[in-house]
Amino acid sequence: MRGGRSALLVAPTGAGKTLAGFLPSLVALSERGARPVKGAGLHTLYVSPLKALAVDIARNLEAPIDGMGLPIRVETRTGDTPSHKRTRQVSRPPDILLTTPEQLSLLIAHREAADLFANLQCVILDELHALVTSKRGDLLSLALARLRRLSPGLVSIGLSATVREPDELRKYLVAQTEPPLPPPFAGEGGPRRGSGEGSNDSGRDASGNNSGTVAPLSPPAAQGTLPRRGGREGVAMADLVVVAGGARADLRMLDLGRPLPISGHTAWHSMEAIYDLIKQHRTTLVFVNTRLQAEYTFQELWRLNEETLPIAIHHGSLDAAQRRRVEAAMAGGGLRAIVCTATLDLGIDWGDVDLVVNVGAPKGASRIMQRIGRANHRMDEPSKAYLVPGNRFEMLECQAALDAVEEAAQDTPDARTGALDVLAQHVLGMACADAFDAADLYDEIVSASPYAGLTWERFEQVVDYVATGGYALRAYERFAKILRGPDGLWRVRDARTAQAYRMNVGTIVEAARVKVRLGRSLRNKPGTVLPKTGRVLGEIEDEFADTLTVGDTFLFAGETLRFEGLAEDEALVTRAPPGTDPAIPSYAGSKFPLSTFLAARVRAIIADPFEWDRLPASIGDYLVQQRRRSVLPGERDLLVETFPRGKRHYLTAFPFEGRLAHQTLGMLLTRRLERAGLRPLGFAANDYGIAIWMTKDISERAAFDPDFMAGLFGEDMLGDDLEAWLDESAMMKRTFRQCAVIAGLIERHHPGLKKTGRQVTISTDLIFDVLRKHEPDHLLLAAARQDAATGLLDVRRLGMMLERIQGRIIHRALDRVSPLSVSVMLEIGRERVYGEGADEILAEAEAELLQEALA
Amino acid sequence: MAAGLRLEKTQKHPTLTLAGEVLTLDLCGGLWIEAHRTLIVSDLHLEKGSSFAARSGQFLPPYDTRETLACLHEAIIRHDPARVVALGDSFHDARGPERMEPGDRAMIAALQEGRDWVWIAGNHDAAVQDGVGGRYAEALTLGGLLLRHEPGADPAPGEISGHLHPCGKVAMRGRAVRRRCFVTDGHRLIMPAFGAYAGGLNVRDKAFDAAFPKGFTAYLLGDGRVFTIGRAQLARD
Repeated sequence: MRGGRSALLVAPTGAGKTLAGFLPSLVALSERGARPVKGAGLHTLYVSPLKALAVDIARNLEAPIDGMGLPIRVETRTGDTPSHKRTRQVSRPPDILLTTPEQLSLLIAHREAADLFANLQCVILDELHALVTSKRGDLLSLALARLRRLSPGLVSIGLSATVREPDELRKYLVAQTEPPLPPPFAGEGGPRRGSGEGSNDSGRDASGNNSGTVAPLSPPAAQGTLPRRGGREGVAMADLVVVAGGARADLRMLDLGRPLPISGHTAWHSMEAIYDLIKQHRTTLVFVNTRLQAEYTFQELWRLNEETLPIAIHHGSLDAAQRRRVEAAMAGGGLRAIVCTATLDLGIDWGDVDLVVNVGAPKGASRIMQRIGRANHRMDEPSKAYLVPGNRFEMLECQAALDAVEEAAQDTPDARTGALDVLAQHVLGMACADAFDAADLYDEIVSASPYAGLTWERFEQVVDYVATGGYALRAYERFAKILRGPDGLWRVRDARTAQAYRMNVGTIVEAARVKVRLGRSLRNKPGTVLPKTGRVLGEIEDEFADTLTVGDTFLFAGETLRFEGLAEDEALVTRAPPGTDPAIPSYAGSKFPLSTFLAARVRAIIADPFEWDRLPASIGDYLVQQRRRSVLPGERDLLVETFPRGKRHYLTAFPFEGRLAHQTLGMLLTRRLERAGLRPLGFAANDYGIAIWMTKDISERAAFDPDFMAGLFGEDMLGDDLEAWLDESAMMKRTFRQCAVIAGLIERHHPGLKKTGRQVTISTDLIFDVLRKHEPDHLLLAAARQDAATGLLDVRRLGMMLERIQGRIIHRALDRVSPLSVSVMLEIGRERVYGEGADEILAEAEAELLQEALA
Repeated sequence: MAAGLRLEKTQKHPTLTLAGEVLTLDLCGGLWIEAHRTLIVSDLHLEKGSSFAARSGQFLPPYDTRETLACLHEAIIRHDPARVVALGDSFHDARGPERMEPGDRAMIAALQEGRDWVWIAGNHDAAVQDGVGGRYAEALTLGGLLLRHEPGADPAPGEISGHLHPCGKVAMRGRAVRRRCFVTDGHRLIMPAFGAYAGGLNVRDKAFDAAFPKGFTAYLLGDGRVFTIGRAQLARD
């Protein structure tokens, strides 16, 4: 790094990689001596996905700087930084600034950005593996491209946990194209491009040590060759520095020695064992997958908590102040355990954690390794962790994860193709910074690896979108947000437009939320609730609140609550009487799909009876039963079972492609079954399979027409059926809404207006419907489709599955439900039922009225 | 169940009787009165998209006017009315007509041809209607019916109004469906907004209590037909 070369530093947690990233800067700054009086600008920039991490790193840096009396000024800039300090940071910048991707975007869109960053020597991107998987990573890559332009000698240092394809991160760190012109002045560093070899210039030797290094699993996603204007053929990458892992993790599956249930994710059977583990350790992190699971586990642990150990809960819906209190208590060593969701996957090191427990399905190998790494942030001590399966399938998944960790196999996602909505936001930001020439800006943008494949035509479309909405009907020319002057340069229209940009920067579109406030019900007047008396417990998604009716009970903030109604954007609740079971099964929370990699391993375990010996005996028995009653599919096969039950006929299928892809599959199969006249009524999906129920006998149909199943699961499903479904899919509308907000079609905040209420904002669903009908090729629809391929709809994964199973469908017509099918059948009623149209719901409500009228 | 209402057998466009007149609740959100060969639509909010662009620089797809007119066209083809009444807030703001595309303007003229076309004054567009054809009125009586934009403060038998953009929400088994609707207590009726970008106000909002102190029935516009939903089955937002 001292040689002026960009580098990716891959190290397990606890290796001190963050401070290592700062070392070259600290050395350079201390050699510089006293600070020049004027015009020094920023020397080093540090970007972290979490503002708490930025603040923590600043504290850790200040100690050695103060201790050695170095003349180095370190500051943080986050959403909490007061405005006078922000102003001062631009006019009199510190040597080292620690910030977040959103704040960086604001800084490069500043009028003074060119001066501020002209002498920037080094940018450090922390937790890069976590950043690059989302639109935040796209935004950051564009900011990085701009920084390289403002300071041509810039060195980028990426800090990352172990990933599957480190080359993708190495490309992310450096320009993917030659700069269009020689830099106006030479940077003081050496050559900017990495050699592309895994050179190792850190003090720690790792090359000969296998543990903790990378094991590629599959070829990188087909990205095609990148069209480049005047590009060259070689691939530019930063150097790679790998620090070997420390002691091997001590990881096992919690085995109770008795059979687990066939479905369910709560792991209720293991709560006592988890409590015992907490008692035996200093500090335990209990990770779960959803907020519901967090609530449930927390409640159960406290029920068992006879010693009243300090056990806390932490998830994204809880009040921010409450979460900060929990984090502070943890940092102060005051807690024995935290039950938490992915909100604590990343974060400040807590040295005292000596045990990690992961409840439920691991979902992904890299994900589970990240979580295990949260224990014992010390290189020399092994991390200790337990996987706790909730059901028999999760037991298979846990075994697959154990194998993966043993081999240090990674399944981090493929590199992203840069999102178009993010690009639109960036283009407006660049106009706010300074007038731009479209061709220059294009060259800059394609130097960012996520956008290396962007065509000039697409870019022009984005600029046109930013200017006037990009519609074929040129209705908004006179309101243009950016205008092209006689000199050919694009400029922002006015200060108000720039202000609106600043107020809406960022890619994190929070679902609209309502506060949950604890009210007090009047004892003498049941049914009346005194509002505004109790405290706010946290927030729930608008979408979830929408489905609640008065009297519904649900788990939240560790309690069973009764919904009493909505008042002025607050959900009013009361405590449900003790012993009340929550009636509403779940509320929107993060649900990670099972990774492709773990899914393949689970299929392999099922297909190979020799593997069963390694599993707890109960699961082996279960698989033997399935083989006797139906069949066990081969590793690449798709098992489809049909059978009657009650007055209905069922189809179950087991693609093992994750809940999201299965939901999309269910919607599409339902349409096809409808067309085939089999009268489907609904479906349910989990990570492993789907169940569809219908009125007509599907076994009979398949017997009559041997090609029926192959046709039903044909790849053409992703053609017209998908398009037709996207028209009405609520998931697609949600995806579109996010794109519309990020691209600035809808502004979250508007200058001169106070917080926009629900009534003021126009419904994006209405916009979606109109746009789809009148301009189906519009940029934002393209952006939404790109998101749908991998996001909530997971269409790409579904496509890969359909390709895999062609000619490999094994259909069994059974006279009753098989052991395997029971698992997904049990999801019915537990999860929301999909496939019911709006009219079915309305008809049911209408029928209730008719009954009343006839009574 | 409110007095004067008869629950019809489920049909695509149900009918009901108000002040002795038979009204057909069209699935498109319009009201068809066969006896007077009159089609009523409310709250078209034409040029709402362009008003966002003009006021706040948010470039909504500029196709809402033509989408709204296309739906209206479809209803006109179906019923061939002698008279069309736009029940106020036909334009989202007073300058809407100026911003309208020539093609959309021509479309309105074509729809007006051979019919009596009445623009009722609304609160968004009270001062306009120049150059968009038709005639202009504060209110209109039609047999026993009184057509005006805003529901009056006093009980008004036979009143048909708009303005509130009623929407009904049905929540059941973890799913919620929110749709535009007609609302009536058998004495007065409030129409759904017709405009493509017009938002909605939940009928359980207190604004509707004043208009219907003794309760109401809502007629929700489903995908395939109109659904009759009682107040008890409707959820708040």
